[in-house]
Amino acid sequence: MTSSSLTLRAALVSILLFAAFILAWHLGVRGTGAVQQMDPEYAKLMGLTATQGKSAMPGPLDVGAKLWEHVRRPFYDNGPNDKGVGIQLAFSIARVAAGYLLAVLVAIPIGFLIGMSPLFSKALDPFIQVLKPISPLAWMPLALYTIKDSSLSAIFVIFICSLWPMLINTAFGVAAVRKEWLNVARTLEVGTLRRAFTIILPAAAPTILTGMRISIGIAWLVIVAAEMLVGGTGIGYFVWNEWNNLSITNVITAILLIGVVGMLLDLILARLTRLVTFPE
Amino acid sequence: MDKFISIEGIAKRYGATTIFQDLWLSVPRGGFTCVIGHSGCGKTTVLNILAGLDSPSAGVVIVDDQAIEGPSLDRAVIFQSHALLPWRTVMGNVAYAVSSRWRRHSRDQIQRQAQKFIDLVGLTGAEGKRPAELSGGMKQRVGIARALSIEPKIMLMDEPFSALDALTRGTLQDEVRRICRTTGQTVFMITHDVDEAIYLADRIVLMTNGPDAKLAEIVDNPLPKERARADIHRHPLYYAVRNHIIDFLVTRSKSFAQEGRAHDPRAVPLVRPGIIANQSPPDASARVA
Repeated sequence: MTSSSLTLRAALVSILLFAAFILAWHLGVRGTGAVQQMDPEYAKLMGLTATQGKSAMPGPLDVGAKLWEHVRRPFYDNGPNDKGVGIQLAFSIARVAAGYLLAVLVAIPIGFLIGMSPLFSKALDPFIQVLKPISPLAWMPLALYTIKDSSLSAIFVIFICSLWPMLINTAFGVAAVRKEWLNVARTLEVGTLRRAFTIILPAAAPTILTGMRISIGIAWLVIVAAEMLVGGTGIGYFVWNEWNNLSITNVITAILLIGVVGMLLDLILARLTRLVTFPE
Repeated sequence: MDKFISIEGIAKRYGATTIFQDLWLSVPRGGFTCVIGHSGCGKTTVLNILAGLDSPSAGVVIVDDQAIEGPSLDRAVIFQSHALLPWRTVMGNVAYAVSSRWRRHSRDQIQRQAQKFIDLVGLTGAEGKRPAELSGGMKQRVGIARALSIEPKIMLMDEPFSALDALTRGTLQDEVRRICRTTGQTVFMITHDVDEAIYLADRIVLMTNGPDAKLAEIVDNPLPKERARADIHRHPLYYAVRNHIIDFLVTRSKSFAQEGRAHDPRAVPLVRPGIIANQSPPDASARVA
């Protein structure tokens, strides 16, 4: 079997699974018709669930229609509680980008230091081991108290959760640079700074990028939760706001969009990783 | 004798284990010296000490009247595993060495110098390729070009051809011999391969098994400077030399300590297999101290 036919068959199976899921969903939330007679005024209060036997859960068609509505008008702004989903995603992405880039600026130099110096590796290890397992959201109250700005606090939470995978991978990548390459630099009398940039950085780049890829995934997971806490803007806030509006259709739509954006972020980092990876 | 490289009483110890000690050897300018011995005898350690990548537990190495203190651009190393930087092209790898040697050179000068040596090893046209796109032999050619491009005083080679197939190895040996002959390069090479040593070297140093390895003998290669791979085996002394080395590797490298001969590590005997044996009883080994 050629690989192209494998891809084709896999795609076929994916489509079939998707269709089966949609069908099951559609059947599962289908209304059962009028269940009981009641006073029309009372029926208005009770809503369709009680009067028509319709499930409170929206069906795939409702979600599809809502999704289409959002995709057609992603950037409208009708005030603080009614912004297009594109604007909300842009807020989230901007926060992730800010916190993440800050983490890159801190993690890579410190990772280099740890990877190149056994002293710092040992000295900083206990701090990293204790700080790493802390849920990033646990920092939120402290951040709100010290920074006194909810949006900046969210960025700080993203920073702290992106830091560890990058730091650990950078340190590992730097420490694991092949000895022969370092020996090449030594026999060529290459100075420390030039060696760091021309030998260690390119040699460790694939490992560093892998850490950055893990970090962006975690950052995107955390931003939703962080925005639910801080509120105001962002896709996490949108999800919580729509839950308060009891608009399950919007919640499901947002969930889908979060997944797609997360996938795109991962794809970008995967591409970058491939750019710096050279087989021997 | 001209002592361009002078190894003076070096030792290497790891804790209580002595890999070797009291090693003395001198190499003349322009000479091609091969060290042959079994794995674990410390050959690579000797080469790393010469390169400055390792330091001896005792003793010094003097090159061109200067004691070695760490690696130097005067001593280029060709690594067994070629050690090319996979993210750089052929040109990039050689240019990296050139720009390390001449930091103030312009891009253009660096490229020209690199190109010269890429041409010399026969890689013209492959400048833009990355190591992953090259065969094992081509990679090692890049390694040779990189080492030569910095115009070192000494080339140190650590089993440079051992990872190559026989055919490629032969071609590369021819190339190395041609290049070293034309440039008058001083070469110190480590090998496992008896034929390679005889074809390339002027002098072959025989090292006994470790631990506590010794330089047993230096075989003076009787082959003429102008030699061709095709007919070295027709030289009247070729088999005498070859058999002498193989005997050494098979039996004497293990039993050397029990041979009971007085061995002065400061004056390793220079032997010429076949030359005196013709006039002496067969069991007397051919030796001229």
